Amino acid sequence: MGPPNRAITVGQINSAVADACSQSKHLLHILHALQVRFLHISHQAVCEAAAQLGLPISQVESVVEFYSFLYSTPRGRYNILLSNCTSCGYKSGGENLLNMLCHRLRAVAGKTRADGLVSIDETSCIGMCDHGAALLVNGMPITRLDAGKIMRIADLVETETPLADWPAEWFRVDDNIHVTGLLLKNELAAGDGLRAMLARGIDDTLAEITHSGLRGRGGAGFGAGMKWKFCREAQGAAHYVVCNADEGEPGTFKDRVLLHSHADAVFEGMTVCAYVIGAEQGYLYLREEYRYLFPQLENVLAHRRELGLLGNNILGFSGFDFDPEFNFDIEIVVGAGAYICGEESALIESLEGKRGVPRNRPPFPVTYGYLGQPTVVNNVETFAAAAYIALRGSTWFRAAGTKESAGSKILSVSGDCAAPGIYEYPFGISIQQVLDDCGARDVQAVQIGGPSGTLIGSTEFHRKLGFEDLPTGGSFMVFGRERDLLAIIVNFAHFFAHESCGFCTPCRVGTTLLKNGLDKITSGHGTRYDLDEMQRMGMLVKRRSHCGLGQTAANPVLDGLQRFPHIFEQRLAHSNFEPSFDLDAALEEARQVTHREDAAAHLK
Amino acid sequence: MDEEANTITPKTIFIDGHEIPFKDGQTVMDAALAAGIYIPHLCHHPGLTPHGSCMLCTVDINNRSVSACTTPAVAGQQISNNTTALNEVRKIITQMLFIEGNHLCPSCEKTGNCTLQAMAYHLGMLDGHFPQFFPRREVDASHPTVMLDRDRCILCELCVRASREVDGKNVFAIAGRGITAHLIVNSPSGKLADSDLETGDLAAHICPVGAILIKEHGYEVPIGRRTFDLHRVGEIGLEKVMLAKTRHTDE
Repeated sequence: MGPPNRAITVGQINSAVADACSQSKHLLHILHALQVRFLHISHQAVCEAAAQLGLPISQVESVVEFYSFLYSTPRGRYNILLSNCTSCGYKSGGENLLNMLCHRLRAVAGKTRADGLVSIDETSCIGMCDHGAALLVNGMPITRLDAGKIMRIADLVETETPLADWPAEWFRVDDNIHVTGLLLKNELAAGDGLRAMLARGIDDTLAEITHSGLRGRGGAGFGAGMKWKFCREAQGAAHYVVCNADEGEPGTFKDRVLLHSHADAVFEGMTVCAYVIGAEQGYLYLREEYRYLFPQLENVLAHRRELGLLGNNILGFSGFDFDPEFNFDIEIVVGAGAYICGEESALIESLEGKRGVPRNRPPFPVTYGYLGQPTVVNNVETFAAAAYIALRGSTWFRAAGTKESAGSKILSVSGDCAAPGIYEYPFGISIQQVLDDCGARDVQAVQIGGPSGTLIGSTEFHRKLGFEDLPTGGSFMVFGRERDLLAIIVNFAHFFAHESCGFCTPCRVGTTLLKNGLDKITSGHGTRYDLDEMQRMGMLVKRRSHCGLGQTAANPVLDGLQRFPHIFEQRLAHSNFEPSFDLDAALEEARQVTHREDAAAHLK
Repeated sequence: MDEEANTITPKTIFIDGHEIPFKDGQTVMDAALAAGIYIPHLCHHPGLTPHGSCMLCTVDINNRSVSACTTPAVAGQQISNNTTALNEVRKIITQMLFIEGNHLCPSCEKTGNCTLQAMAYHLGMLDGHFPQFFPRREVDASHPTVMLDRDRCILCELCVRASREVDGKNVFAIAGRGITAHLIVNSPSGKLADSDLETGDLAAHICPVGAILIKEHGYEVPIGRRTFDLHRVGEIGLEKVMLAKTRHTDE
């Protein structure tokens, strides 16, 4: 816990910056260290970090302002962030736990309490969707929240009880694996994949990956073998392997489980890739929400180094004369709260210590990636699959799944079902089968692939998961008959407006226009005209945006309008046009100033 | 690639059916401008690294939507540009740029020299259409000769790139995210006065809107004699004229 803001001297800041810079070369790590120490990153700290790193002040400042978990004003000694996801969010249990906690602690959401004890705010999905409502307190997840637990948390905060003395079981995060398949059924003994790979050689290993038909598991589905081949062929001073563990799609948590229980397979897959493309350095870009996994992942890396599976001369490999040793190591870089960094070129920008703004392509990362060098960026699950393919071969992998979509897919199932958790199926499984397995009854709709994916109703539950029908990054959100589906779509629209990086006009302005349009409808002021407006804006944002975030941000609205028009229509005002300007709402500030809440202070 | 064939038959692309040549390394925008074809744009400026953020130059290639300024020309491309549908999209994007900021043309010194305003006229925009966002943005009047009015900034980053790539400085950057993204100044105080911006810098003159203005020269060029009083925004090579209009007689 840091001292109160007023006591911080310039000397303390400068030495803290020097400490942080000696610990890591990554700007995000340095800023995180300062955040932990001083509870914010002051302008003085920004200037000092810029000076010591030889960066423009504006670059450091722009990074602090970009990421959700970096703050330029002091946070509380207990910084509490409640997920606002529809599955693990503070409203998911029916009650508003955020308001409850704020009320109990006499705090205002988004503001630090005057005594500096606590700050409470909401944050995008923290990947605990199989654990009920969840929050992060100083970076540590607490799951299965209910009103009772919220009250106890408030008491522990008020008495300034150290986190170490809070009930340990609150922090328990389970894997909740319900159906296992190709990847989860087997335990990969560390190194077995690499031994098979070394015996096979570079060309044949790449051939196995290519023949396996493995496609990127993040959702876009680019062929892994093709990506690796392009990268291998690209000229560069160095090649890099980057594992995208910025699992930010609401409703997705399968990478959390893979990193928690199958980290060896993930790292082994990265090592296979390094061998193929000729990389000596790899990075695991871990989302800030999973920072609690960092120490454990470091231990796995250390263990792999001890086993000779990372570092110099891996497995004592002595290959050909022109390539005598296989050297490779992995470093973990933790993000700072930005969904956009799941986009591979934005991730690379972030890794380079910049705002996570997607690059223009071409050039693609395989030729111009991290530090301008050829780079493979793949999803956690893709690397895990690659490790198994290296061990068992392409035929084994192809035997599962469909022609277009080989292998298995790990689903994160959440929402209105009896058994939320992890389900691994061969591609080609029907939606209905998944619903039956997870104990979902009377289902109104399923969000396939998270908010950026597809919202389908019961007439489409016969459809199949796979790149040829319903592609998915793994999020599978179930909405029962009782759910207010419009509220779900509004939640998603707010999510995208919050996560848009702001680079291109269609997404920056369009996501906010969509959000405002939906808010107008839910407040009972919408008309048929507003629905037409949202359809038109949704199409423009989808078609004209710079990157995948914008191109998918309108999906929930467009899917909703197409498949569930009644949920909008029943909320419309009975007129052709209603102004977006609400005179009564505009008087709110005046009411607050004059402490009026009586009927005469309202226009209605 | 056959070197000889390359020299005999120059490579070409097709914009709205017109065949135009291009050289390797050129973007669709480069090739179009070289051939005298206008593709609407705000964040593009010949000589600066293409940016692709304003999306005014959105064109369709094989039914795919791309920004012309960042897309490499490839032989045989069939490009839709000056179509009713695309110009409607561009009009909406222009409206989006207007309503996210605070653009009050009649009281803005840049009126008549403003590319955003000229673009609105060019695309037949009659109003902002969408509800105004009315953001609160900071004005920075600290610099002795240059004024920064963020109300009018459209985040095109022309000043950011001009400072970095032409002036050899690094005066501007974009901070924040989403709708709160905003222009910041690279100086210890964050104020323009403490930066190394000078009146003669390209970054001080390149702003397509009235966000960066030279002080004490307001209305030197009278309304009626301003760039877009005398030129259409669609004229090719207007950049030089526009820069001349923002540089003043005593500089």
